[in-house]
Amino acid sequence: MLTKRIIPCLDVKGGRVVKGTSFVQLRDAGDPVELSSFYYREGADELVFLDITATPEGRDTMVDVVERISEEVFMPLTVGGGLHSIADMRRMLMAGADKVSINTAAVLNSSLIGESADKFGNQCIVVAIDAKRVESGNQPQWEVYIYSGQESTGIDALDWAKQVVKLGAGELLLTSMDADGHRAGYDIELTRAVSEAVSVPVIASGGAGTLEDLYQALVSGRADAVLAASIFHYGVYSIRETKEYLAKRGIPIRV
Amino acid sequence: MIAIVDYGAGNLRSVVNAITRLGYQPKITSSPGELFHAQAVILPGVGAAPDTMTSLKKLGLTRPIGQLIAEGHPFLGVCIGLQVLFIGTEEGGWHECLGIIPGRVKKLPSKFKVPHMGWNQVKQRISHPVFEGIPDEANFYFVHSYYVEPDDKSLVAGETDYGIPICSVITRGKLVATQFHPEKSGEFGLRLYDNFIKLALATSIRGNNIKC
Repeated sequence: MLTKRIIPCLDVKGGRVVKGTSFVQLRDAGDPVELSSFYYREGADELVFLDITATPEGRDTMVDVVERISEEVFMPLTVGGGLHSIADMRRMLMAGADKVSINTAAVLNSSLIGESADKFGNQCIVVAIDAKRVESGNQPQWEVYIYSGQESTGIDALDWAKQVVKLGAGELLLTSMDADGHRAGYDIELTRAVSEAVSVPVIASGGAGTLEDLYQALVSGRADAVLAASIFHYGVYSIRETKEYLAKRGIPIRV
Repeated sequence: MIAIVDYGAGNLRSVVNAITRLGYQPKITSSPGELFHAQAVILPGVGAAPDTMTSLKKLGLTRPIGQLIAEGHPFLGVCIGLQVLFIGTEEGGWHECLGIIPGRVKKLPSKFKVPHMGWNQVKQRISHPVFEGIPDEANFYFVHSYYVEPDDKSLVAGETDYGIPICSVITRGKLVATQFHPEKSGEFGLRLYDNFIKLALATSIRGNNIKC
């Protein structure tokens, strides 16, 4: 039986890991290579790196970081942040990334999804969606944001999710902007709505505070994987105890 | 010498990293001559089988690969490197593949999410040296949308459940092929590579030419 994946996320800036609250206030949380090796030994199922540096020099640093990590850890690596072209994506994949994640670039130029899927295979292309709740009637609705949550697009998150899968995305990384950084639980309604609407795996992101939150995202949210940063980086929970907890509650987990 | 076939596969570097970590210096090559001199050949792969076939044809590697396997050279295919060994694949219509193993490559049923992505258990159907030190039902990392169906079920060395039983390891003499990615499967994945290489070095028909 396919197991549910536990994925620590490393936000990397200038070669260092940082994590903020609701996309601002950054705090330094370590060396990405060391942290990756640590998570590998602890039994993480996969790692996601978001390069939040916006400069070309930063990008070079990230390529170097990915190269060094791929020599140390033997598990899937996804890299996202600032990838705008096939050439950008190819660089990361050649450096040792297994998947690349695109967000703003996918919205601004949706043909990039299909082109990159044709070039590298659907399984390589993760579309990251930052979604924020909009006040509406009975049915909850979410809007897609780009530029690290700075700009609204007017696009409905559910429609967008279905569209990117049609275009060739092999996986979705779904972040609730409302929940992100608050450690008060994932947006279960959003996770479930998207997960049920698409045929590809969905990674739930944003809001992990307790192990119960992860459990709910997987069970009620029907996510295929859960991503978290702070709770792992600051040692609130170890990967090992997280996986033991979920396994005990009946979730298929690789322990 | 351990050769890794270079035809532009996206996961080439990861396979090289894994083999290097085990203490070998793999040779990355697309030269048939070098492949025939290697003690073991690894065919990596990720993405689409038809594209892989196109690349292998362009490099003039389809016949040499068939010949290597027919002559009993130790050979390991990974993911697409497993799928292209078959007669053909349903991927993107019908595409002929290398025709080394009778059987076809079919699309995963849409009952579950496709691609089949993540860690899943491999049930060991036979006892084989590539499984040495690896517990039955150990988890390996999968990412694929198509699966192989060999005509001869006795070739199935490992099986994985994804709603339907999927053939995840094939063995036939010194030919080994996996649907999962050992280079992404942690310590058990590394162990599988190590087991294969040790087996290859011990039994290589090029045993008189041992250089790593």
